[in-house]
Amino acid sequence: MKLVICAGPATTGKTSVLRHAARKLLEQGKQVAFFKLDVQFAEEDEELARELGIPTRKVYSGELCPDHCGVMVLGDAMEWAEREGAKVLLVETAGLCLRCSPYVDHGLGVVVLEATSGMNLPLKIGPMLSLADVAVVTKVDRVSQAEREVFRARIMDVAPDVTIREVNALHGIGIDPLVDRILATPDAELPMQLRGNPPVGTCTICVGKKDIGWQAHFGVVRTLENQVFYRGE
Amino acid sequence: MIRDITVMGGHGRLGRPDLVRKIQFNMGDVISIVGPTGSGKTTLINDIELFANGNTPSGRQVLFNGVPAPIEYRDDPSRNPIALITQHTTFLSDMPVDAFLTTHAKVRGGNPEDITRLAQEAIDFANELTGEPLAAESRMTELSGGQTRALLIADAAIICSTPIVLLDEVENAGIHRTRAIELLRRYRKIFVFVTHDPRIALLSDARIVMKGGRIMDFIVTDEHERAFSIKVARLDDALASLRDQLRNGLRLCGTELEGVR
Ligand SMILES: Nc1nc2c(ncn2[C@@H]2O[C@H](COP(=O)(O)OP(=O)(O)OP(=O)(O)O)[C@@H](O)[C@H]2O)c(=O)[nH]1
Ligand SMILES: Nc1ncnc2c1ncn2[C@@H]1O[C@H](COP(=O)(O)OP(=O)(O)OP(=O)(O)O)[C@@H](O)[C@H]1O
Ligand SMILES: [Mg+2]
Ligand SMILES: [Mg+2]
Ligand SMILES: [Zn+2]
Repeated sequence: MKLVICAGPATTGKTSVLRHAARKLLEQGKQVAFFKLDVQFAEEDEELARELGIPTRKVYSGELCPDHCGVMVLGDAMEWAEREGAKVLLVETAGLCLRCSPYVDHGLGVVVLEATSGMNLPLKIGPMLSLADVAVVTKVDRVSQAEREVFRARIMDVAPDVTIREVNALHGIGIDPLVDRILATPDAELPMQLRGNPPVGTCTICVGKKDIGWQAHFGVVRTLENQVFYRGE
Repeated sequence: MIRDITVMGGHGRLGRPDLVRKIQFNMGDVISIVGPTGSGKTTLINDIELFANGNTPSGRQVLFNGVPAPIEYRDDPSRNPIALITQHTTFLSDMPVDAFLTTHAKVRGGNPEDITRLAQEAIDFANELTGEPLAAESRMTELSGGQTRALLIADAAIICSTPIVLLDEVENAGIHRTRAIELLRRYRKIFVFVTHDPRIALLSDARIVMKGGRIMDFIVTDEHERAFSIKVARLDDALASLRDQLRNGLRLCGTELEGVR
């Protein structure tokens, strides 16, 4: 089974991209399953099940970071999709944590960015971009050709090896090369590993210590003067 | 080297076929696209810019020297033979004008030593088209609608410097449109102008007529039209002069209309 993990900031067009990709995969006779990982609200599963008649599921990460939650449930999700007879599993995740990234060593990692987001976005999302295989840039219909090309350059500055695909996800224009790339990706199989390194250790905030100020914490602490710029791997 | 591009007909909004099934543009041609608002003019030039190959909503196919576009056109902006000036009158990029232009010049394969000069040339070009000049250090998002269009035209001519230029409604943003076209036409290219303006349409070798998303007709500008295009230009200059006086806070007296018949 092929595995596609699709991440990106809220409302960039992840579902729109996956909807067109799913439709084209179905046209080619590939059974598709869809899995959404969100923090507390999502309705893509119902939408896509209704529109495309494919098996769909969702999970809320709740008090976990969605990437952390992804690590926990992706194995089960793959087994579920296999049981449903899927040849391609499309996973959409909010990927809210800009320190981690949800991609695994198998399958295709896709980040969805919007051309309307401002030129610094590629610099701000770290491994969500730098560890992806493909960066899909949506909403190119909303900007000039010149801005679209400068946005491409900004992505290439941060992630020179990522393939960039510009699309209009409203009308599904530019989706075909992404579908070809999905089909050319080797099948994913458990066991799998995260591509990126997770954050160092557990912090005292994670275990519920709410006091502000590094003096109140132990383990991984940081002062204002001690800043490191994190670019991903 | 691009010698010609060909649009192979697809269909309109309701799936009814384009009536003209094949249109060829040769190097040096100036073609207009006309039609009511919402008739699919922008969609047609977008098809060209997207190197449509049956994969856009119109089902059209665009051929370059007779064959579909090679992949490099799409994946490497420095190989892209098309500059498209869209209808947008706002920028969303929060960058200074010169940083934007130098980045774009790099993307478009500009020679590193030339990049600063190209950016300055583009700003000078834009300032020939605007009322109030724009400055190299202005933020893109602060530019007015007219300044935005002027900068996009300058970017297409100087930074992209491509053999094909597509221009969506140059008349729309209050820039000096005849000046823009004059400046652009110094370069030998394929020009495609989406327009509602008789003067621009008559400057063209031919025009494509759109309706309901379909290509309805292809009309070659004839002798008769060329002959009276001079009169249209005179009338348009008279109106332009009135427009300038109005912009400059003068009272209008209408003398320029006296000779026009
Ligand atoms: N104009 C335009 N709008 C788009 C494009 N892609 C997505 N949209 C619109 O952007 C909005 C959000 O798209 P979604 O696909 O729901 O985005 P998402 O990333 O799945 O959003 P969440 O799952 O809520 O984070 C919708 O209104 C889409 O119609 C595009 O290429 N062009
Ligand atoms: N061949 C086509 N197939 C499907 N949809 C189309 C086609 N042509 C146009 N449309 C749709 O019709 C709408 C209007 O088209 P478009 O924006 O190209 O019109 P226009 O002539 O440029 O209008 P305006 O003069 O207002 O700029 C768009 O939503 C576009 O997607
Ligand atoms: Mg979504
Ligand atoms: Mg239009
Ligand atoms: Zn995390």
